[in-house]
Amino acid sequence: MVALLEIVLAAVVLVNLAMLGTSRLKSCIRFVGVQGVLIGMAPALAPGWSYGLRPVAMLAIALLIKGFVMPWLLLRAIREAHVRREIEPFLGYTASVLLGAVLTAAAFGFAARLPVAAPAGPPFLPVGVATLLAGTLLMVTRKKAVTQVIGYLVMENGIFLFGQGLGAELPAPVEIGILLDLLVAVFVMGIAMFHINREFDSMAVHQLTELRD
Amino acid sequence: MLLALILIPSLAGALALLAPSARVRWLLLAGTAAAQAALVAAMAVRTPAPAFGGWLALDSLGFLFLAIVSLLFLLVVLYLGWPGARDSRPERTFAACLLWLLASMTLVTVSQHLALLWAAIETTTLASAPLIYHHQSRRSLEAMWKYLLICSVGIALALMGTFLLALSASGGAADHADPLLLSRLLAAAGALDPDVLRAAFIFLLVGYGTKMGLAPLHTWLPDTYSEAPSPVSALFSGALINCAFLGVLRGWQVVAAAGLAPFAARWLLVFGLVSIALAGALILGQRDYKRMLAYSSVEHMGILSVGVALGGVGQFGAMLHAVNHSLAKGLLFLTAGNLLMAYGTKSTRDVRGVLRALPASGTLWVVGFLAIAGMPPFGLFLSELTILKSALDAGRFGIAATFLALLALVFAGMSAIVLRMAQGEPADAAPPVRRERWQTVLSPALLALGLLVLGLYVPPGLGRLLENAAALLGGAP
Repeated sequence: MVALLEIVLAAVVLVNLAMLGTSRLKSCIRFVGVQGVLIGMAPALAPGWSYGLRPVAMLAIALLIKGFVMPWLLLRAIREAHVRREIEPFLGYTASVLLGAVLTAAAFGFAARLPVAAPAGPPFLPVGVATLLAGTLLMVTRKKAVTQVIGYLVMENGIFLFGQGLGAELPAPVEIGILLDLLVAVFVMGIAMFHINREFDSMAVHQLTELRD
Repeated sequence: MLLALILIPSLAGALALLAPSARVRWLLLAGTAAAQAALVAAMAVRTPAPAFGGWLALDSLGFLFLAIVSLLFLLVVLYLGWPGARDSRPERTFAACLLWLLASMTLVTVSQHLALLWAAIETTTLASAPLIYHHQSRRSLEAMWKYLLICSVGIALALMGTFLLALSASGGAADHADPLLLSRLLAAAGALDPDVLRAAFIFLLVGYGTKMGLAPLHTWLPDTYSEAPSPVSALFSGALINCAFLGVLRGWQVVAAAGLAPFAARWLLVFGLVSIALAGALILGQRDYKRMLAYSSVEHMGILSVGVALGGVGQFGAMLHAVNHSLAKGLLFLTAGNLLMAYGTKSTRDVRGVLRALPASGTLWVVGFLAIAGMPPFGLFLSELTILKSALDAGRFGIAATFLALLALVFAGMSAIVLRMAQGEPADAAPPVRRERWQTVLSPALLALGLLVLGLYVPPGLGRLLENAAALLGGAP
């Protein structure tokens, strides 16, 4: 199981890099869905996971929301807004991928220095931090509103993995509450994207510059 | 009882979506606000029993902020006023989101579980975002987008902090299934891992500090306050950012109980002083009076942080200041709404002769300015003096001098703008003198009265509450 878990975590990192390297919004959304599925099933592969009704139900809810409902909401949003591609980002795709790789390496270095990381355990912490950084990179370098939302989701995925690595087990109601918050956030952001598209004839947030001192 | 406090506004919000007319929606808002206020008043007499195994409970700190939220909400609903027979305002989503915002802010104040607290604060962001876009303009859309993104990312960092808190507890109290209950964290504070705890506090401070509007994390705040409808801005600056402040204070409680208060105080002091300084610099020459009020909120969040960081009587001062600031900012934003309605502009240059054109609102505008600037006999004078005194008592003269100099800078910047707006002759394009609606004057007038009373004397009941809240910050369980 641990070997499988390591493959899953490696796939999470690869998906990060793939998202940084693509200009097609549809693929980017599919990638975030795949990452949601990978991260949703990761806890079940970790050693010490107990099969029971509640953990399995929680896992199913997380998988459903992160892997399918949220990508579906985003896909609907870009279909209604007729956008397909990211426009010229602030940082090129190749440069983004390279920077993403450097950040991933840095994340492994950083996690090794944390006082808690069990060196032999599955690398939840470094992958979590790497994912968090990749999400931040997506948010700050891209111009389309939808990519910023994707970046936010990737960040949340990273924090979720980080929490897993710390062994922070939240009670089920709180965990569902956090998932619901995330879902509503994507929903509200989707509506906002729709309005941005209507008002500005594009979903590019770099045009949002009217408000300043 | 605690559950009712959250369920009533949640259900009323759902009903508001179905309500057929604006009048029904206003009645829903008013009924909920009144019920909430009555329940909170009853809780002042008898502390409600904790619910859900201690997840929901009301301590002095929570009660203080809950009382502010309820009072301000009631006055804002009063300000919105009884709609005419053909009015469409308050609209469906507006009324529903206001009620859900009330529900989520209430949940923040009664949460004793730090992960639940996180979820509640994130919910306040989501419930309040549609309120900003109420005018459906490009500018309000931009403000809403910035608010949603920046605050969501900030709050995501606070979730990291919450996880780290759980980790710091895993060494000693690992046998507990649920280490994030505040009472357990405080009881086990001595056994928490100090390094992890430090990291946790920084994440919580940066995360919730973003929503609180501490500089340099405040970038969303002026845009939001200036573009949102004025009653919404009043709720944001009077109630919502207090909720984020409560998030920081919960982290502070744990850190202080673990004996790391000096470490946390340094961070709060730096963020606090930077906030006051930056607000002072940006208020000078500000051209939009709602933005000016927004920067004033940044300043006062800084003052609150400094008060908490100084400890001792400064924490009492900070709690008193939180009450005073909420009343004053409610007063100012509601009055700013009246000015905006009459003049149709937010520009400080185009508004002249308010005292002559709108005698009631003009007077309230000047009174609000004197109060927020910390002039006697208003409440903020007393609370700022208390905070200053705690700095002097502790022998931290450098901080006291910086604090005073920065307050003087803000005073100079604001007085130039506000007094120029208030005095003089209304320009040709100014609105004709007309009778103001009594509702739009009554709410701010009540707030002004409250500020005056708090400046002259602190009622013993409130004094006890503030002392208890400050004691919780001092590391008491």
